[in-house]
Amino acid sequence: MTDSLIDIRNLEIAFGGGAVKAVRGVSFTLGQEKLGIVGESGSGKSTVGRAIMKLLPPTAKVTAERMMFKDVDLLSASEQKMMTVRGRQIGLILQDPKYSLNPVMRIGEQIAETYRLHAPKASAKQAAEQTLSMLTAVQIRDPERVARLYPHEISGGMGQRVMIAMMLIAEPDVLIADEPTSALDVTVRLEVLGLLEELVERRNLGLIFISHDLNLVRHFCDRVLIMYAGRIVETLEARNLVNAKHPYTQGLLASLPSIEEPPARLPVLKRERSWLDDTATETRA
Amino acid sequence: MIEVENLTIRFGAGKKPVVSNFNLAIEPGMAFGLVGESGCGKSTVLRAISGLNPNYEGQIKLDGKILDHRRERSFFRQVQMVFQDPYGSLHPRKTIRSQLKEPLRNQGISAKSTSLDDALQAVGLDPVLSYRFPHQLSGGQRQRVAIARALVLNPAILLLDEPTSALDVSVQAEILNLLQDLRTERGLTYLLVSHDLAVVSHMCSRIAIMEAGEVVEETDIENLRKGTITHPYSQRLLGASRRYGKSA
Repeated sequence: MTDSLIDIRNLEIAFGGGAVKAVRGVSFTLGQEKLGIVGESGSGKSTVGRAIMKLLPPTAKVTAERMMFKDVDLLSASEQKMMTVRGRQIGLILQDPKYSLNPVMRIGEQIAETYRLHAPKASAKQAAEQTLSMLTAVQIRDPERVARLYPHEISGGMGQRVMIAMMLIAEPDVLIADEPTSALDVTVRLEVLGLLEELVERRNLGLIFISHDLNLVRHFCDRVLIMYAGRIVETLEARNLVNAKHPYTQGLLASLPSIEEPPARLPVLKRERSWLDDTATETRA
Repeated sequence: MIEVENLTIRFGAGKKPVVSNFNLAIEPGMAFGLVGESGCGKSTVLRAISGLNPNYEGQIKLDGKILDHRRERSFFRQVQMVFQDPYGSLHPRKTIRSQLKEPLRNQGISAKSTSLDDALQAVGLDPVLSYRFPHQLSGGQRQRVAIARALVLNPAILLLDEPTSALDVSVQAEILNLLQDLRTERGLTYLLVSHDLAVVSHMCSRIAIMEAGEVVEETDIENLRKGTITHPYSQRLLGASRRYGKSA
């Protein structure tokens, strides 16, 4: 890893005036790689993604020793500064295209709007051309027709591709994908992942892939962070995930059902207090 | 136990059917899996069998008797359903206790409080939880309540519509174990709808794979496990699941 795109050290995020610590002491760096963040619901994985974009509600208290995106200090960056970072330099893909696209705006207009926001000097014609070429890049076969459709007229897989097109048209350096394929069927998921992989490689992006799906992350990402109750319990090369040391990771892996050789009973995760570490007691102080 | 013959379902007269010529026979004590991607009609079949959608063509039989499209009340003593989303399938403003009573009340049975406690204990929940509201429970606990509610009437058949797809994998393991234990203890018959081949392979002995409203292949689960399923669509589905499946 030559230069890190994102460098985070000791990130803490608390809600409710510091009463609930959602993220505790998270540190990691992101280079031009596919980094997976895995954890169960409520482990704080999405909160980390949103903190990087500074999209958390004002009630969230964010502190860190260091939180840099390239040479931008995200901790002190103004809202105005963030406007140039969000979308243009860091893109965010959300889980469900049904809720994240504007239902009363045509697909083409939505993508063009993003483009014109980030390239204000572009003419309407240029924006339309860019939109069509972007839709082609995400392998939509009939871009002219799809650009005229509304979100409810397209399928989930197509909607997710539209979201990806929308994020990539501003040519960001980092892409944060928050459960981008959990709402999709397996065969469609394969297409969307293939597309993401190709785009990440061709454009030299850094990708943060947030997911609860261990199998998917193991095959798709280069490196994986495992989160439990707001902390990173383990960092692994994705291909070494089977050799995970932490009992939580091992438990998660064991609890997956298998197609080929299903065991008579699935091992159930036994949670240990010690995973919460000493920081858990601090919360109450 | 359940037989479905030439089931065709369309939404709107003269419209293209969403399920066509669907046939199914489930023997007592069997766990049957219905697999397919979103929109293939698997849940629609389940809703027709459960009586939630009385508009269907064809026949659905229970123990050899043809069922009325509007189900009789006694039908629900035999067949109960568990839905996908435990957040949506429990009433948000009723306590667990009153929701467990509801199937009994519908059948005109007076609810003994011990039978409600038993129902909760059977799914591994402490009876003290029965005075809580759904929002005071976790997702896994809620799905247990939904299963308890389905079991209150001691049915013979459970219709399971994606019972674990809204849950984390660790919680999914607990619920799948629970469902298996209940089946062995009570000799239940399951019809499980899922898009997850691993879950179906874990739970079922026989499966039907659906595409666009039709069954493309019905086979024993061993063929899925060994990968010797034949239809091109089934193979594509298995391939896509395997690529991110357990075998690296």
